[in-house]
Amino acid sequence: MEQLFAWLSDALADNTVFNFNTLTFYGRGLVNTVQLVFLSLVIGLVLAVPLSIARGSKHKWIKLPIFFYTYVFRGTPLLVQLYMIYYGVVFIDGIQDTWLWYFLKEPFYPALAAFTLNTAAYTTEIFHGAIKATAKGEIEAARAYGMSHRLMMRRIIIPSAFRRALPAYGNEVIFMLHASAIASVVTIMDLTGAARFVYARYYAPFDAFLFVAAIYLCLTFAILYLFRYLEKRLLAHLRPVS
Amino acid sequence: MIDLHGYGPRLLEGALVTIELGVLSLILAIILGLLTASAKMSRNRLLHGIGTLYTTIIRGVPDLVLMLLLFYGGQIGINQVTDLLYYQFDIDIFININAFVAGVVTIGLIFGAYMGETFRGAFLAVDNGQIEAARAYGMTERLMLRRIRFPLMMRHALPGLSNNWMVMLKTTALVSIIGLVDMVRVAEEAAKATHEPFTFMVPVAIIYLLIASVSEWFFSRLQKRYNVGFGEAE
Amino acid sequence: MKKLLSVTLLGAALIAGTVQASDKESIRIGVDVPYEPMEYRLPSGELTGFDIELGNALCAEIGIECEWVVQGWDGIIPGLMARKYDAIMSSMTINPDRREVVLFSDPYFTPPSAWFAPADSEIEAAFKETLEGKNIGVQRGTLQDNYATDRFGDVANISRYATADDMVLDMEAGRLDIVFLDFPVGKSTLLDSEANEYKVVGDMITEPKKYFGDGFGIAFRKRDEELAKKFNEALATLKENGTYDKLFEKYFGQAPKSK
Repeated sequence: MEQLFAWLSDALADNTVFNFNTLTFYGRGLVNTVQLVFLSLVIGLVLAVPLSIARGSKHKWIKLPIFFYTYVFRGTPLLVQLYMIYYGVVFIDGIQDTWLWYFLKEPFYPALAAFTLNTAAYTTEIFHGAIKATAKGEIEAARAYGMSHRLMMRRIIIPSAFRRALPAYGNEVIFMLHASAIASVVTIMDLTGAARFVYARYYAPFDAFLFVAAIYLCLTFAILYLFRYLEKRLLAHLRPVS
Repeated sequence: MIDLHGYGPRLLEGALVTIELGVLSLILAIILGLLTASAKMSRNRLLHGIGTLYTTIIRGVPDLVLMLLLFYGGQIGINQVTDLLYYQFDIDIFININAFVAGVVTIGLIFGAYMGETFRGAFLAVDNGQIEAARAYGMTERLMLRRIRFPLMMRHALPGLSNNWMVMLKTTALVSIIGLVDMVRVAEEAAKATHEPFTFMVPVAIIYLLIASVSEWFFSRLQKRYNVGFGEAE
Repeated sequence: MKKLLSVTLLGAALIAGTVQASDKESIRIGVDVPYEPMEYRLPSGELTGFDIELGNALCAEIGIECEWVVQGWDGIIPGLMARKYDAIMSSMTINPDRREVVLFSDPYFTPPSAWFAPADSEIEAAFKETLEGKNIGVQRGTLQDNYATDRFGDVANISRYATADDMVLDMEAGRLDIVFLDFPVGKSTLLDSEANEYKVVGDMITEPKKYFGDGFGIAFRKRDEELAKKFNEALATLKENGTYDKLFEKYFGQAPKSK
């Protein structure tokens, strides 16, 4: 490892922009971006599963509030949502004296909250669409077996719906990775934040932004291949016989 | 009109900027999208390669990063050219990309890639029988494109197009970060000056929802028009 | 290949941009607002401040038209390179890093930098030990950013803001423990406006020169040597005839120290 560092700093000796210091910035940015995106996706997914089932409920007062939530969060820019949460919470009287402030003080948690609510809204609609598209025959068959609604949901509808939602969910994951770039406007040192720092310090837009674009491209491809692999495994039964 | 501490009129101006930006970028994106789709479907390997490279790279990098790169880097690239002209030939021209133009070009360029995929899929979805029938009628390639392939393609492309437009509308908010005064920027400035973020961000959110709802209605009308002759879809 | 790229870029630019011939009779000056009292907007939207008034006086002295172009700080030097404007007069400190890219006028003002914290803060001096684990606020790409990043980046958490405004807002909200600013700016945005809520931590800082340079200068593109010369001559005249001293007193409340 030591040798690697020595080699790295040698290799970078002539380079004013990409010295050891700026590379650590990019490194930390990568960690922050991955953390933020991963956590918001996981929490968003956990929220979206019950929400998507409730979204299809027959009761108006269950269905409508969820529809309203997804409509608002999918219809407005994430940037506006982020500003509202980041700056908005500050002006709630007395919030600084509550335990919540411990979290809201850091820019990370308001951003995480905004990203989570946003991705949960999109994911809810993706799952809802997939549940609605369940083949009638499957439901009829389950009914014929005398399954209760609950059991049918658990054994038949949800497993097949979530598998069908996989490609759309993959897009949502990539979308979230790209959307996370705006975290830098609330001072989070994510990948884009690191690039903006390097740009402002060395006045080198091409170096700073092309490098970070390449990192994002790699991350995107990694996600793409992961989902392609998952689709191959989980959707094997839908593939045409070759 | 609600006064909003005197920021009301500026907020409306900002909303106008958002709409202008959205519509102009949409036009550019559609043109680029059609070009990309034809490049990707062409038998020429170079064109095909360029189209693929463009869609892959654009769709793999965050909009904000591309915007920062083009806005800050684009001007410097152009200046290297004009500086070269100045030093070599003593020609002193100055080309200024203002924030609005940069915004339109960047958003258009980004969504051109997404549109390209939409159009390609739609062209491929056109029933081959229709094309064969047109050929049998002795139509030229050109006439066939105008009368048969394009209208039929639009029917398949519309849902994707509408979807891209909705995403694009929200992407326009990012121009506030590179200094263009759209409605998000106005709301942000006002919120900081008055310490009342909700007073300004909520109206902005409502305007976005309004634009989205109107567009949804518009696209559903358009879809009906292009569906004529195919029975009622669904 | 490079040529091809250039031609393509030029073509794209001609479509995208507006072509203007450079006009010697008027110049555009880039400025980042708000940065009270150096440059800020009146409620009516009009620009004012020490830099703005001095800049207008300089232009009047030279006999050219001045037009102010507002540009965010992190893009202000690239904007000059990009010829979005011909000069920068925006509390820009002359330092070696920047000298490599732009041409500076003679310094026209030398402010110290200072640390500001809430009055009840337990931080009494800015050292590695006292700042450990604290949230430090700076404006992105400023010399304060560079200094704080190099000195305290490994022990403290540094938050970088696009404008001084954002930073003050987060300081008021309680997200920041301490901020590092040009003293006149901190004085007018923090000390004066909020009565006793804030204090200066430690001494004014002007050293080392590597970071804090030689005071504020007007930045030009390297090739515009003649323009810089004109500004230097005008500055000398204003200092002699008392115009400069009057402005100085108006904004900083005291006469400048004589040399």
